[in-house]
Amino acid sequence: MTQDKITNESGIEVKALYTQEDVDSSGGVEMVGMPGEYPFTRGIHKEMYRKRPWTMRQYTGFANAKDTNERFHYLIENGQTGLNVAFDLPTQTGLDTDDPMAEGEVGRVGMAVDTLRDFEIAFDGIDLEKITVSLTINGSAAILIAMYLAMAEKRGYDVAKLRGTAQNDILKEFIGRGTWIFPVEPSIKLVGDTIEYCAKNAPKYSPVSVCGYHIRESGATPEQEMAYAFCIAKAYADDMLKRGLHIDEFAGRLSYNFNIFGNLFEQVAKFRAGRGLWAKIIKEDYGAQDPKSMWLRMIAAGGGGGLTIEQPENNIVRGAYYALISALSGAQTMALCCYDEAYTIPSEYAQRISLRTMQMLIEEMGMCETVDPLAGSYYVETMTNNMRKKMEETMAEVEAEGGIVKMVAEGTIQSKVSAQAYGMQKDIQSGAFPKVGVNCYKTDEEENEVEFHPYDTRDADQQIENLNVVKAERDQAEVDRTLAQVKADAEADRNVMPAIVEAVKAYATVGEITKKLVEVYGYYQEPIRF
Amino acid sequence: MMKNKIRVLMGKPGLDGHDHGAKVVVRAMMDAGFEVIYTGLRRTPRQIAEAASNENVDVIGLSSMAGSHIPFCEKLKPLLKEYGLEDKLWIIGGNVPVKDHEELKGMGLDAIFPTGSQFDDIIDYIKSRYRQLA
Repeated sequence: MTQDKITNESGIEVKALYTQEDVDSSGGVEMVGMPGEYPFTRGIHKEMYRKRPWTMRQYTGFANAKDTNERFHYLIENGQTGLNVAFDLPTQTGLDTDDPMAEGEVGRVGMAVDTLRDFEIAFDGIDLEKITVSLTINGSAAILIAMYLAMAEKRGYDVAKLRGTAQNDILKEFIGRGTWIFPVEPSIKLVGDTIEYCAKNAPKYSPVSVCGYHIRESGATPEQEMAYAFCIAKAYADDMLKRGLHIDEFAGRLSYNFNIFGNLFEQVAKFRAGRGLWAKIIKEDYGAQDPKSMWLRMIAAGGGGGLTIEQPENNIVRGAYYALISALSGAQTMALCCYDEAYTIPSEYAQRISLRTMQMLIEEMGMCETVDPLAGSYYVETMTNNMRKKMEETMAEVEAEGGIVKMVAEGTIQSKVSAQAYGMQKDIQSGAFPKVGVNCYKTDEEENEVEFHPYDTRDADQQIENLNVVKAERDQAEVDRTLAQVKADAEADRNVMPAIVEAVKAYATVGEITKKLVEVYGYYQEPIRF
Repeated sequence: MMKNKIRVLMGKPGLDGHDHGAKVVVRAMMDAGFEVIYTGLRRTPRQIAEAASNENVDVIGLSSMAGSHIPFCEKLKPLLKEYGLEDKLWIIGGNVPVKDHEELKGMGLDAIFPTGSQFDDIIDYIKSRYRQLA
């Protein structure tokens, strides 16, 4: 089958054949360089996986801290090298388990957290120096980061040496994923508070993982995924500069979370291009001196958006391709949505398959032996150049429209990506955009439904009971004092992190701290635009 | 001949933040000529019933991706009665597994459009039921 013209999702034409001429005319090899050296297109480390394979970090958490702790141990015993914690929606939106809005949602899509006690249970028996922990938390991130630091300190770890990551990218929550709490401006201020606090107190901790991932899931093209994420990261960086920090004091601890589905070569080029572009921005626009500030450290994860409800076993194979792309792209961390994840919280069995998929790449496929193995391919280098140009154009467009913060606040970026999502969905339904098992190669056989993760309403009752026990045991005067301090600091526009850390140490709840902040900041009002 | 445009409320119940599907279906309905009111995220059962009543809609649609559809619909059902909305079409879409369909139908849901449903099927269903009701 031949087609006259093929363009990838990012709108770049794909030719039938590439030669040196294409590399030269697209910008040459100026941005390629060497791994471990500016502009890091080939990877942020000299030896990459030869020195250490990517971290394997499956997204995990359900019901309560105790059940989640058991799953953590299971994954670690099976060779997982990092943890990525899923929280339930009440925790993510700053509500306690006993809040009326939480009814029916406690422990459903992640583990329920009310107080520091839940963190103590969740990480019991896990060596926080060997296993780095990533917290997938945004709206209530300041509180959950504080809990993590407090829990580690209580267990005797030196917070100044503690590693780990929080997602804590609120701007993308307004575009996709939706676990915002406060309006846009104070939300950015809170992210800034965590970056500033960690820069001073927990300098090895990565307080933000800027997410292109969810923007892509919401309908962005691959190049927009990167460009919008860079615009968001710049917004956080600009806030830090306004606070008087130098770029090298915090940029090295910013990390990224990106998505993988779609055309293999477009994805690899996307990551290589993004690495070079981010390094250039941080060096040239922000005047960074420290090469670590210029590193685009990333989790590149097999995205849920690529998986299908139809013929769910096919998702195992898709996951394997996504893992291959991630390895070819030089990701620091990898995670795969599981084959049953279009339906339910993944089973232990499905999680193990995802883990084994990544382990096969390391142990059997030679993926860790040579750095950036696709470098020098006429096609890949040309596409890398073209993708980088496209990202720069998109970033310039955002600037021309008033910047990412304005676009998010007004809902214009949300409207743009959802219009694209609609176009893509129409193309999938018409068959113009092929999706195996969905619009082509369908079977008449009855679909295999996967096994559903059970949801037990008694877990929520138990969680409320546990919360009541903590409330009865804690020093209420200390809770009141620390909560008042949180509010006072928010009102005075001081960094609220020190007060939040004190409050969580006093076993103040996620909901109590959130309410204090809401009293000062208010709630976000979602702009509805089509 | 229809006198007026079909009016649809698209609600996002509970704390679920996945609005890709809801927004995409809103656009498909708008293209089909429906008047669509989208509630935005994190609506309570009462907010949805109130909005449906205030907006005088013909169809109450819910989009649920995070698994809390049954407890939510259980709470919405008596409110639909309270607001006199029992004669409206009540439909749900999203991550709603087959095992739950019977229970939802028993609560009074008119139709369920799980992930993977075609826009045309949703729109045709609403049009044909609307004609019957009109």
